[in-house]
Amino acid sequence: MKINLVEKLYDLSIAQKAIRDGFGEGLLELGEKKRDVVVLTANLKESTRAERFAEKFPERFFEVGVAEQNLASVAAGLAMMGKIPFMTSFAVFSPGRNWEIIRTVICLNEANVKIIGSHAGLSVGPDGASHQMLEDIALMRVLPKMTVIVPADAEESRKATLAVAEKFGPIYLRLSRDKSPVITTLETPFEIGKALVVREAENPQVAIIACGLMVYRALMAAKKLEKEGIGCVVINSHTIKPLDQETILTIAKKTGAVVVAEEHQKFGGLGGAVAEFLTEQYPVPIEFVGVADRFGQSGSSAELLEHYGLGIDDIVEAAKKVVKRK
Amino acid sequence: MLLTDEKINFLTNKARENRKLVIEMLMNSGSGHTGGPLGLAEIMTSLYFGILNHEPENPSWPERDRLVVSNGHICPSLYASMAQAGYFPIEELSTLRRYDSRLQGHPERLKLPGLETTSGPLGEGLGQTLGMVLADRLDRGCGSQRFFYCLLSDGELQEGSTWEAIMSAGKEAPHNMIAIVDRNHIQIDGMTEEIMPLEPLTEKWRAFGWQAQEIDGHSFEEIFEAIGQAKAVFGRPSVIIAHTISGKGVLSWERKYEWHGKIPNVQEGKKAIEDLK
Repeated sequence: MKINLVEKLYDLSIAQKAIRDGFGEGLLELGEKKRDVVVLTANLKESTRAERFAEKFPERFFEVGVAEQNLASVAAGLAMMGKIPFMTSFAVFSPGRNWEIIRTVICLNEANVKIIGSHAGLSVGPDGASHQMLEDIALMRVLPKMTVIVPADAEESRKATLAVAEKFGPIYLRLSRDKSPVITTLETPFEIGKALVVREAENPQVAIIACGLMVYRALMAAKKLEKEGIGCVVINSHTIKPLDQETILTIAKKTGAVVVAEEHQKFGGLGGAVAEFLTEQYPVPIEFVGVADRFGQSGSSAELLEHYGLGIDDIVEAAKKVVKRK
Repeated sequence: MLLTDEKINFLTNKARENRKLVIEMLMNSGSGHTGGPLGLAEIMTSLYFGILNHEPENPSWPERDRLVVSNGHICPSLYASMAQAGYFPIEELSTLRRYDSRLQGHPERLKLPGLETTSGPLGEGLGQTLGMVLADRLDRGCGSQRFFYCLLSDGELQEGSTWEAIMSAGKEAPHNMIAIVDRNHIQIDGMTEEIMPLEPLTEKWRAFGWQAQEIDGHSFEEIFEAIGQAKAVFGRPSVIIAHTISGKGVLSWERKYEWHGKIPNVQEGKKAIEDLK
């Protein structure tokens, strides 16, 4: 499959854009295309980038105030009447605060609600630990009927936004606040549940599976590793549930060693999903690059990613370690 | 709405049958809630035999009114009324809470046609009702003839999420949203005013922008009159605080919170059914 990433992928001048911005653009496109799409927010329309939709389609936009529980209930009611609601807030509040309502009235009801959790991860930066949601993938992944998507960049976020409106059922779309490199192009394919091989050496010794803004870091790490003679395959696993088992099994067989990198606790996220699957199907050594059972703190996005072990060199080290364990 | 003596007799008989079915279901199931369902017989009967615009043989009829049952634990009364109205055979009531039954211990929309949502965890129904109303407004405008009812327990007014929804509906001010509160004053741990006081309840709803009425929830005349008033109000949601007696119909169970989540044994159940006559 041709994946058409940006040309200057490894150049420091690579364009940067916030993943949430891609969502805002996708939402605006949806507003034109699909009359049944409605958007809700809990007092965060500008931050979540729902604002442009709200301005253009005011009758299809609902502000529920600082009330994330009601956000989920109202969205479910809209879905039961045939609408396609996108409920937007910060990930720490939704799906953080309203988890049981999502479980009962969205998942058990199989309501066609799209849960948009923005400002996820350490890259929220200065807001500090209370706002740095690092547990949401685990919370959503464990729910029956739920699909979980973490786009790698702004362009993939735009495509994911369009795609989730076409797929019936509860979907969690996780976004980040800070600018991050745009690695995909208009031509890069996006299909829910289909991971992308974004880099592959001739005889890879290790596979790096990543999601969100860690995909770019995984690519940079792979470039470094290859200079040292360790060939890599890098997978953008934007859909965490359902996991692309076929692709992951193929590369696990090919490399016999896996690193998973994500902006999330090491417990319960993409790493957990990959480990659960490979343990049953094809056990290989795995190293996890994520936050080690800790809360974050204030700081810049770059500082925090380094401090908590999510740097490019952390991926490099994890890859070397896992290759030795083979 | 003026009810004829004939209609009142008809409803009274249906409510008595509803209570009998509830007691039989609970004796059969071996678990569930008793007090709340028995207190709701008149309200549930009124909804299914007069208030709701519905077609039991065609539960997904788009023009139907919606009833969101937020207090899912009272479902024996709901199931009994639905069966009486023809949504499914009366005999199926004996499967309540059994393996492979459509009548789950708490209502599940995807299991049983005619249910508008899944409930049990409290404080989630009113927000969903509002979501339905907002969708209806988009599709039908402010003159929509479809009405959206939400039945709540009084205990679930202790949930913060209920007040989020009350506040939100006050803002949206729909004409076709009607909440009915089963004000029986009991909850599983005791009396509501001891566990966490709700009064002054009517004033609280009014303060949030709702039209509020208080009625005797066992009087068919008052129930139908209040629904008529609620429907006549424009530009505001409506709430009916229906005073009910938990365990109503079986004297020794009435007003006793101990009967909230307890069920009768065979002897108690048989005697209770006798007492209903």
